[in-house]
Amino acid sequence: MATHDFAAHAAHAHAAPQGFIRKWVFSLDHKVIGIQYFFLALVAVFTGMFLSLLMRIHLVWPNASIPFIGDIKPETYLSLLTMHGTIMVFFVLTTAPQGGFGNYFLPIQIGAPDMAFPVLNMLSFWTTFLGFIVLVAAFFVTGGAPLHGWTGYAPLSALQSAGPGEGLGADLWIISIAIFCIGALMGALNFITTTLDMRAKGMTLMRMPLTCWAWFITAILGLLAFGVLLSAGILLLMDRNLGTSFFVPLGTVNGVLTGHKGGSPLLWQHLFWFFGHPEVYIAILPAMGLCSQLLSVFSRKPIFGYRAMVYAIMAIGFLGFMVWGHHMFMSGMSPYSAFAFSIMTMGIGVPSAIKTFNWLGTLWRGKIRFSSPMLFAIGFVSLFVVGGISGPFLAQPVLDIYLHETYFVIAHFHLIMGVASIFGIFAATYYWFPKMFGRMMNEPLAKTHFWLTFIGAYAIFMPMHYYGMAAGLRRYSQGTEVAWINALAPIQKFISIAAFITIASQLIFLFNLFWSMFKGTKAVDNPWEATTLEWITATPPPHDNFGGVTPVVHNGPYEYSVPGAPKDFVMQTDPSMGDKDQKKGKH
Amino acid sequence: MGLVLLVVIWLITLIGSYFIIAKTWWLPVGASAAAAGIDHHFAVSYILMGAVFILAQLALGWFAWKYRDRGTRSEAAHYSHGNTTLEIVWTILTVILFVGLNLASEPIWSSERLQGAQPGAVQVEVTAMQFAWYFRYAGPDGKFGATKPELEDASLGGAGALGLDPADPASKDDVISGVMVVPVNREIEVILRSHDVIHSFFIPAMRFKQDTVPGLAIHMHFTPIQTGDYEFACAELCGLGHYKMHGILKVVSDEEFSQWLAAQEAEKQ
Repeated sequence: MATHDFAAHAAHAHAAPQGFIRKWVFSLDHKVIGIQYFFLALVAVFTGMFLSLLMRIHLVWPNASIPFIGDIKPETYLSLLTMHGTIMVFFVLTTAPQGGFGNYFLPIQIGAPDMAFPVLNMLSFWTTFLGFIVLVAAFFVTGGAPLHGWTGYAPLSALQSAGPGEGLGADLWIISIAIFCIGALMGALNFITTTLDMRAKGMTLMRMPLTCWAWFITAILGLLAFGVLLSAGILLLMDRNLGTSFFVPLGTVNGVLTGHKGGSPLLWQHLFWFFGHPEVYIAILPAMGLCSQLLSVFSRKPIFGYRAMVYAIMAIGFLGFMVWGHHMFMSGMSPYSAFAFSIMTMGIGVPSAIKTFNWLGTLWRGKIRFSSPMLFAIGFVSLFVVGGISGPFLAQPVLDIYLHETYFVIAHFHLIMGVASIFGIFAATYYWFPKMFGRMMNEPLAKTHFWLTFIGAYAIFMPMHYYGMAAGLRRYSQGTEVAWINALAPIQKFISIAAFITIASQLIFLFNLFWSMFKGTKAVDNPWEATTLEWITATPPPHDNFGGVTPVVHNGPYEYSVPGAPKDFVMQTDPSMGDKDQKKGKH
Repeated sequence: MGLVLLVVIWLITLIGSYFIIAKTWWLPVGASAAAAGIDHHFAVSYILMGAVFILAQLALGWFAWKYRDRGTRSEAAHYSHGNTTLEIVWTILTVILFVGLNLASEPIWSSERLQGAQPGAVQVEVTAMQFAWYFRYAGPDGKFGATKPELEDASLGGAGALGLDPADPASKDDVISGVMVVPVNREIEVILRSHDVIHSFFIPAMRFKQDTVPGLAIHMHFTPIQTGDYEFACAELCGLGHYKMHGILKVVSDEEFSQWLAAQEAEKQ
């Protein structure tokens, strides 16, 4: 049937550009660029995780000397947390789900031969790559990496004299982020144009898989958010090097006048969080889209409430730009605006809750297959719920008075933005690896990896809520000085041990990834019996994705267990249902 | 596999909730007038959000087991694209829950942050700098003397560290201390300043936290209702000494407070 036609054509497809450089380095093929983004994020995530390992060691054994690295001083610890946050947020959580999997699968899932602007696509990857190199370079310059945290609050980030690492290291940090913003802006333009202009015949917006909706809305968020961060970064760079005072008021450091006057530290926070909060959704929306997809595929059921899911993604994207002030309840911002930001923030919980209900609704009366991508999708839902319900605590200024800057915040955003997104990335890897590399990943290793990571994530981040409830403060290189924090030391020890085990178990994933690339069993074209367009083409897909044939779409993306159908899934290109979703106007 | 998921998710939920319900690690006993209201709102939020957390996780584990693929022994998955009525119902319920919770906390926020301190409140100026806290009292004249950034010298401590201008007559009787001493059951108006970078004045027992921002003088207030020593610490990353930027708030009787202040004045002469 349709499936076989496409695969046969694809097998005889035109060859990709020859030559190693054009094919694998400066490639214009969105699939190769997607893989490049994926490996960049892989290097970044292991770098960022290594930094967190050093932090976890230091928190429990502050005097321990690390081989090849030496002692971790308080300022070293702060550099580690700054670089950990920056690497993870920008070069992992923004890079892998959108740049990696979005790049590879958005064009295929909408039936396009490539991205709208292949050259721009190549440029956005190499720009991002350059940004990463510049960031890592900050470790190796005089004074080392900056200590101002990934949020870079001025004046700490604006004054060389404010601490070690605030010299060249801080400049490199800002330049790296500015470069990253430029790459992200180019990528966002490409994603938006591709989604709007390159869809195959019959692929109406309301027939797009939820993954595509998520990538599309994420790109819009990126377009609006990264421009603001880029501007803020340039202003900060000017404050640091050209003597301007956008963010620095009259003041002294160590009794020495800074030479600035009239600037506003709160301005930086407004600009940063205007980017920073949408960034949370940039990290999590693709994971939401993917897990919606997987819950449907592996429950063998249509997604529950497709339209509600689409509207929820839009609502999250829209509201995401109106809530940034909830990071600033204690900043000295007007307490009246705190009330407005709080209401909007509680409001954004509504579409998030709708999505959770729909995920549970999708599992309900399904026929669930527990393949490794599905385990990670179910894990995602569990982690999204636990990370989500701490949100309404922090969103209420009255409770944030106490919880702000405690580990409760660390627990909240790591679970919902970090671990849940990472579970999305793992799910995507296990799910799409067969299509990308033509082989299956080892399933027993994948399941072992899931259980260790799932339980490990809870063991690390659940106790952080307790630590925060007891007023344990974040960004403290040692808890020994303040009596009430010192009393909480056993919690830190437990977290560190849990972290060591969880970090070690990521090596299972790494091994599985590379081993399966060469030794995994050969994958068939549609191993998961899914309906979307990437599964009708050859494995791996040819240069133009569909081997010279343009797919025509007849169905929505989630036609599973259709009564009367010969199999329990109906491909999007299968005309046998007669486009009935279009005729009725809705499902 | 479904059963394992059920057991693991339920166990995690049980253990995770236990430490919250048992309050194994919890807020310190509240010692300010606002603490009771804030703690009550914590409790309400925990009950409501805890219920959502537990129900969602129980359902997730239950569905994973109940609807697992048992081959030919399980029937085909239910073909349904959703239910609009259900979508509307849970949307409205969530709106009521979240907005209602928020509105319930508004009176506390209003009294803490929208209203200023009452006339007659004890004024203390709190100044943060890398990595120390200074507390200044206006003295008998009720006026804080002028400070000038160009006079600041942290190595001098006290008046020198604050850059107090000796030329201003109002500065003569200002009392500067490294320990914050306040009377019990009196409203304390704090005026928060910073010399260099952003710091944050956090007293857990008072349920009080406010950033100190260079260039701003932020007026806040709280009322201690219990005498005793309460530790405070910096809650905003301010540099390499952030972790040791802490101190003691002493809440004493009105009498002891007057005696202490008088003794400080006497020491200056």
